[in-house]
Amino acid sequence: MSTPPLSPLDPDAVAAALDEALSATAAATTLDELKAVRVAHAGDRSPLALANRAIGGLPGAEKAVAGRLVGQARGRLTQALVAREAQLEVERDARVLAEETVDVTLPVDRRPLGARHPLDTVADRIGDVFVAMGWEIAEGPEVEAEWFNFDALNHGPDHPARQMADTFFVDPPGSGLLLRTHTSPVQARSLLERELPVYVVCPGRVFRNDALDQTHTPVFHQVEGLAVDRGLTMAHLKGTLDHFARAMFGPEARTRLRPSYFPFTEPSAEMDLWFPQKKGGAGWIEWGGCGMVNPNVLRATGVDPDEYSGFAFGMGIERTLMLRNGIADMHDIVEGDVRFSEQFRAVI
Amino acid sequence: MVLVPLAWLGDHVALPAGLTAEQLAADLVRVGLEEEAIHSTGEVTGPLVVGHVLSRSPEPQSNGKTINWCQVDVGEDAPRGIVCGAHNFEAGDHVVVALPGAVLPGGFAIAARKTYGHVSDGMICSARELGTGDDHSGIIVLSRLGLSDETTPAGLDAKPLLGIGEQVLEVNVTPDRGYCFAMRGIAREYSHATGVPFTDLGAPTPADLAPASGGFPVEVDDEPLEGVPGCDRFVALTVRGVRATEASPAWLQRRLQQAGMRPISLAVDATNYVMLDLGQPLHAYDAAGLAGPIVVRRARPGEHLETLDGVDRTLDPQDLLITDSPSGRASRVIGLAGVMGGQTSGVNDETTDLVIEAAHFDPITVARTSRRHKLSSEAAKRFERGVDPQLPRVAARRVAELLVEFGGGTIDDALTDVDRTVAPAPVALDPGLPARLVGVPYVPDEVRTTLVSLGCAVAGDFTVTPPTWRPDLQSGVDLVEEVARLRGYDAIPSVVPAAPPGRGLTRSQRVRRAVAERLVSEGLVQVLSYPFVGAEQWDAMGLAGDDPRRTAVRVANPIAEQQSFLRTDLLVSVLDTARRNVARGAADVALFEVGLVVHPVPGAPVAPQLPGGVRPSDEQLAAIAAAIPDQPRHVAGLLAGARDRTGWWGSGRVADHTDAFGLVRSVAEVVGVRVTFVAEPYPPFHPGRSAKVVGPAGQTLGHAGELHPAVVAAHDLPARTVAFELDLDGLLAAAGDDPAQATPVSTFPVAKEDVALVVDVAVPAGDVLDAVRAGAAASPAGDVLEDVRLFDVYTGEQVGAGHRSLAFSLRLRAADRTLTAAETAAVRESVVAEANRRFGATLRA
Repeated sequence: MSTPPLSPLDPDAVAAALDEALSATAAATTLDELKAVRVAHAGDRSPLALANRAIGGLPGAEKAVAGRLVGQARGRLTQALVAREAQLEVERDARVLAEETVDVTLPVDRRPLGARHPLDTVADRIGDVFVAMGWEIAEGPEVEAEWFNFDALNHGPDHPARQMADTFFVDPPGSGLLLRTHTSPVQARSLLERELPVYVVCPGRVFRNDALDQTHTPVFHQVEGLAVDRGLTMAHLKGTLDHFARAMFGPEARTRLRPSYFPFTEPSAEMDLWFPQKKGGAGWIEWGGCGMVNPNVLRATGVDPDEYSGFAFGMGIERTLMLRNGIADMHDIVEGDVRFSEQFRAVI
Repeated sequence: MVLVPLAWLGDHVALPAGLTAEQLAADLVRVGLEEEAIHSTGEVTGPLVVGHVLSRSPEPQSNGKTINWCQVDVGEDAPRGIVCGAHNFEAGDHVVVALPGAVLPGGFAIAARKTYGHVSDGMICSARELGTGDDHSGIIVLSRLGLSDETTPAGLDAKPLLGIGEQVLEVNVTPDRGYCFAMRGIAREYSHATGVPFTDLGAPTPADLAPASGGFPVEVDDEPLEGVPGCDRFVALTVRGVRATEASPAWLQRRLQQAGMRPISLAVDATNYVMLDLGQPLHAYDAAGLAGPIVVRRARPGEHLETLDGVDRTLDPQDLLITDSPSGRASRVIGLAGVMGGQTSGVNDETTDLVIEAAHFDPITVARTSRRHKLSSEAAKRFERGVDPQLPRVAARRVAELLVEFGGGTIDDALTDVDRTVAPAPVALDPGLPARLVGVPYVPDEVRTTLVSLGCAVAGDFTVTPPTWRPDLQSGVDLVEEVARLRGYDAIPSVVPAAPPGRGLTRSQRVRRAVAERLVSEGLVQVLSYPFVGAEQWDAMGLAGDDPRRTAVRVANPIAEQQSFLRTDLLVSVLDTARRNVARGAADVALFEVGLVVHPVPGAPVAPQLPGGVRPSDEQLAAIAAAIPDQPRHVAGLLAGARDRTGWWGSGRVADHTDAFGLVRSVAEVVGVRVTFVAEPYPPFHPGRSAKVVGPAGQTLGHAGELHPAVVAAHDLPARTVAFELDLDGLLAAAGDDPAQATPVSTFPVAKEDVALVVDVAVPAGDVLDAVRAGAAASPAGDVLEDVRLFDVYTGEQVGAGHRSLAFSLRLRAADRTLTAAETAAVRESVVAEANRRFGATLRA
């Protein structure tokens, strides 16, 4: 360096060196510039550092004066450098965050989401409604004995439903087996297997020899309900159905019973549902069948009809789902196209 | 299924003026007759009048047709000129004319228009054009409908003459209500629903109850079927000198058409009409062709009958027959009782004397014959559901009266009535039962009057004798339904019953839900597919001819013959569903199914046929259980294409066998089972890239891995598609019922050790991992292995040909102390020693 060394006893020269250092500090706009400023003005070879080092060679009286003068200057410079560094760091952090900004509208479908089949979800929901009432969920086989599917349910050997037209029979003829045509055999199974009183629902898959079209499918799902206890009446049946309807279709929903006929119930009824969301305006729609358990069914399962009475009901889960979720075509439910199930990711 | 013309119903019950079919339906549904549809006979608005044809001039046209230029008196000051293409009428005939302003069915508006060089000022109509019938062979000539010219002056409104605008309600009748297959029954129910007076036109008059003899000889050979006689009533009434083949009167034809039957001739129409009116099926024989006696008997083996529909049928010994005796008693079969007549002995063009049959047949006999021969008829439909056994005399008389009124002739005084009917069995009713079962406090008087209004006789002690037309009323609950029905189901209150405390879902039910939710969270979509499969699908899966999965339960009457088996695994369905999705354009498919599969039990017995109404013995129930095939619940899934997609974030990843293994582990651990994978070729999988899934006790729980390339190709799936299938019931059993037991969480520091072991490439990594675990457990430090991960597999020069290096990262931690360096070193040594002992492993240099 060609400039003469700074005298530690020259207040003007020290002040000038400090002013120069402070100006350089203030002028630094990046941390790298500031680092250079630090080296030049506060580093080992900086004028102030050299002046500080020269103090050691001064006479004693001057040592104190020079020490104060240079020490104050170096202290002010250090403060300024620290402050400037903090400020530049804040600025740098803000800039980095701004620079790291991503486009949050870029789609993020790296791994597609899964989905339950809505039939299964609705069946679970139905089960939950009844479990909350203290009922239990009963189950039975899909390949079933004719006795459970028909005879135990008061369908005599000549009942039309037993004929080939509706029922899938298991080969060879005379095997005594079939694909259950309804979930009702679980009624008989529950009464044989469980302690009385019995309050069960059975959601499950059933089979009828129908062609697939917009509203029919040969393989579909039903939910069966059965309660057998002392003192049960049709009023309890009605109360259960009303509660069920409200749970599934909202507080305005209710049911209506119409006289009908089923071999396994007497009295029997068709059940209509008041459906506020019906297309074209609120109205009644058919929902299922029900009635008081026929004494012959109780006898077939060893239950004394003079002591116990019961009610049973059944409805199609596909129909319930179609009504509730606006599904127009059965094909969508049965064909396994993932685009159908994917619409039901939300809790049903 | 039962068509109810409103006007006809009015013969039996006082219908309010202006009753619509909609209101009738609303009234009937309350008593259990459900509306199927409402039909209207013809939909004609505007002027439709009787026209008197004054002249008809044929005019040949250049197109080859001949049209008629007619002058027709329609009751106005001057006749109208009308062009008509039909030729089946003459000047002088009375016809039906739609005048300008009329609109015919299909929105066909009539206007005066220019055609064939004339202004045609209206249209002469055919039955089809008016929607009153199918006949369009020509226009309607009123005289041919039995309407005399005197009663049809020109200009008269023609709509009432043709029944146009009359409504017909179609109702659904449940199988227990045979009596509702007639106006008589529907009218009775309408009276129950509304309280309006009902006139029973089917009730026997005193004459119908008088003793009968001397009619056409009839004998009934009683061969009961299951204790029930096939025929307990046979009435034969002869009418002589009838113009049997004439057309029936217009009103009768119209009613038949409205009720869904085709008019044929007076004799046939009269029997059909009375059947529709009262519910009694009837048959009219040509007396000249009949050789007495008529004998009702069961068929003999080998007998044949050609029924009226022209089909030659081999008869079954259970079939009940009507025979006559031309060459010995009961030598000729002339009909299947209650189902259909034969080709001989029917009414023909020469018939003048008729024998009318009105009988009562056993419902089961008729039902079986009808089904056996796949032959349904209006008669069979009614007999199967039960016909009033007191109707035959009334019905036969009504037919005879109709024949004489419209076809002339006389009714024989003599009459045959074989009557072996037994009165309906009385039912002892507890008058409190209706209230107890229905939950409405009916008082005994209310019960009594309700049952009486139904036609029951109710004794002071509530012994109830049902009416003859209600064979379905056999027990107390049947009567309870009648009380509830007639008092109205809408009176039943709504009371939620209090069930005893329940136990919630079973473990199996909870596991099923959790497995589905887990697979959904893994990105799979649930599907539900039909269980019907066939050999072609098994071939496509590459199953060997003797693969046990080909041993399946077969459906006797499948929808499609090539898919007549029930699936024995779920992959067969999942592959099909994946194929459909790919075919519909899905690039990447991730789906799963949970469902039952059906495994036949070798040597399973036939399920015993047992009666209803009686609890089977425990042995019988066990026999049923033994006959039913195993139906375990499986879960299967498939990943095709990208597991992670390629996108703006960079490249993705195609699903491979490790994803299938990962899903298996994920499912198994939800159930609570630690599974291992063992190499084992198993279709439909790639023999070298799939594994058997093994449970803790060595049991097979399923398979997973990449699918065989040939299977992938056969299903048009993306290359390298992977899949898995697990036996969910097997997993549940493997998990057991005991709650999981916790190990305390140590808070001492972890020590990490990495060990790279060089072994022969043929040694499975899983086995080396087992050795590492075993070695760590056997170390002097005790079982301090918290976790071990295989983090690198290396093959190359450094480890020598035929070898590979497996690098494991061990996390060591003791429950009660900080491990010393010496202890962790000891674990390491023990691991290397065990791997060396088992596989000759060396520490990688």
